[in-house]
Amino acid sequence: MKGPEEEIVKNDTPTHAMDLGAVVKGTPEYNLEDEDICLSVNNFNLYYGDKQALNNISLKIPEKRVMAFIGPSGCGKSTLLRCFNRMNDLIDSVRIGGEIKLYDQDIYEKSINVAELRRRVGMVFQKPNPFPKSIYENVAYGLRIQGVKSRRALDAVVEKSLRGAALWDEVADRLHDNAMGLSGGQQQRLVIARAIAIEPEVLLLDEPASALDPISTLKIEELIYELKSEYTIVIVTHNMQQAARVSDYTAYMYMGKLIEYSDTNTLFTKPKQKMTEDYITGRYG
Amino acid sequence: MTTGTVPQHISKQYDNELENIRERVLAMGGLVEEQMVNALRALTESEVELAGKVIESEPKVNAYEVSIDEDCTTILARRQPAAGDLRLVMAVIKTITDLERIGDEAEKIAKMSIDMIEKHGPKTYYVSINSMGNHARRMVHGALDAFARMDTKAALQVASEEPKSDAMYVAILRQLITYMMEDPRNITATIDAVWTARALERIADHARNICEYVIYFVEGKDVRHISIEQMEKELSGIIDE
Repeated sequence: MKGPEEEIVKNDTPTHAMDLGAVVKGTPEYNLEDEDICLSVNNFNLYYGDKQALNNISLKIPEKRVMAFIGPSGCGKSTLLRCFNRMNDLIDSVRIGGEIKLYDQDIYEKSINVAELRRRVGMVFQKPNPFPKSIYENVAYGLRIQGVKSRRALDAVVEKSLRGAALWDEVADRLHDNAMGLSGGQQQRLVIARAIAIEPEVLLLDEPASALDPISTLKIEELIYELKSEYTIVIVTHNMQQAARVSDYTAYMYMGKLIEYSDTNTLFTKPKQKMTEDYITGRYG
Repeated sequence: MTTGTVPQHISKQYDNELENIRERVLAMGGLVEEQMVNALRALTESEVELAGKVIESEPKVNAYEVSIDEDCTTILARRQPAAGDLRLVMAVIKTITDLERIGDEAEKIAKMSIDMIEKHGPKTYYVSINSMGNHARRMVHGALDAFARMDTKAALQVASEEPKSDAMYVAILRQLITYMMEDPRNITATIDAVWTARALERIADHARNICEYVIYFVEGKDVRHISIEQMEKELSGIIDE
């Protein structure tokens, strides 16, 4: 029976429930306003010749979190990812406008050393691309071109990076075998080890698991989860479930525009935009 | 997400699967509503056969619950629904639990009506139990209707009827206590009436729960465990349109 006394208690519930909500909370909640920002994109435009590929993009990517871009093919998500370490500089017809900042620094400023930028912002591609060298040399490569010669220093970094990429246990006894002999999943983790050997701040992953089998995919996803304690990770993926599994924040892009950007839990349970809803529920097309 | 404008999935089969669980929730709801109507009539008009019918249909309601639950599990495993689809599946899983409980309460009423027919207690309080029963039945009907039409406004309207059933319950309880005090020989029969009123009050609670799931499904807003006034406030932007 609900008497008047109980009615009073009931009216008090919300504040009460909110406090309890903090107590019984299961998964962590992410809120962009509480984050330190690593990369900020402001009114960014990009053209391939006459064709506009990115249309006035503005967003902030938080530090030491996993941020995923999803969207149909040709929506501009890979193009945007490549802008973060100026990979698009290599294409002649590209023109850009607006700014992208890595912390306080505009990465498109003239004074920027692009090689140094790419050290700070590492990238891993869809298809594993190890060098045709030994496993050891693949990981040590970045340090060698930086001029590191000490065997002991190199050994330490190689081991640390391979451990960081969850590959050490599988290759510790054959570090000097050719990297081409590894499986696709192992090669992809080797490439990640190579990327983290030079201690970047940001890791850009462009479809890192789309050429891999399900088990290797899960290993990469687990690795992403572990790496976010040290690096800011930005991932582009066609696989929506993968974005839902690994990321803390998700952005949905369509036709060069940013349609919706929020924490992953919200985006996958109650997206605000109908376009986002249609895409993630498989109604796009 | 707005009513009637949800485009189809690329996978037609997926559309069919979701439509199928939705339809079966409504079929299950129809059956439960029928149980309620019959249980009430069995009680107020002393019809033992109707009470028997209610008790007989209970396994069918249970079977619906198990089977819809299974289908939801399959959809979760095979389709990994997101956004509105996910909220639909979650709302369905919860709704069928409440529907099954409404069925249980209806069965209790049916069993008590058989008891009460045998005990020949006073019948005067049937009027108030009947009006409380009709109120609860309208709520169940309204909740299912809101579910079928994905109608937030209707769901809120039905949910806001729930406190009335609490008040009716208190009033009936007072009335029944008076009967018991008047003549202690009435106590056994009257206690059954108390349980019946209690069952109806629970049914109204379950109907309100279903309305809350409808609001969650359509708007993505969790409005459980808050007062009706707060629910209205939460949804003010939506229902004023």
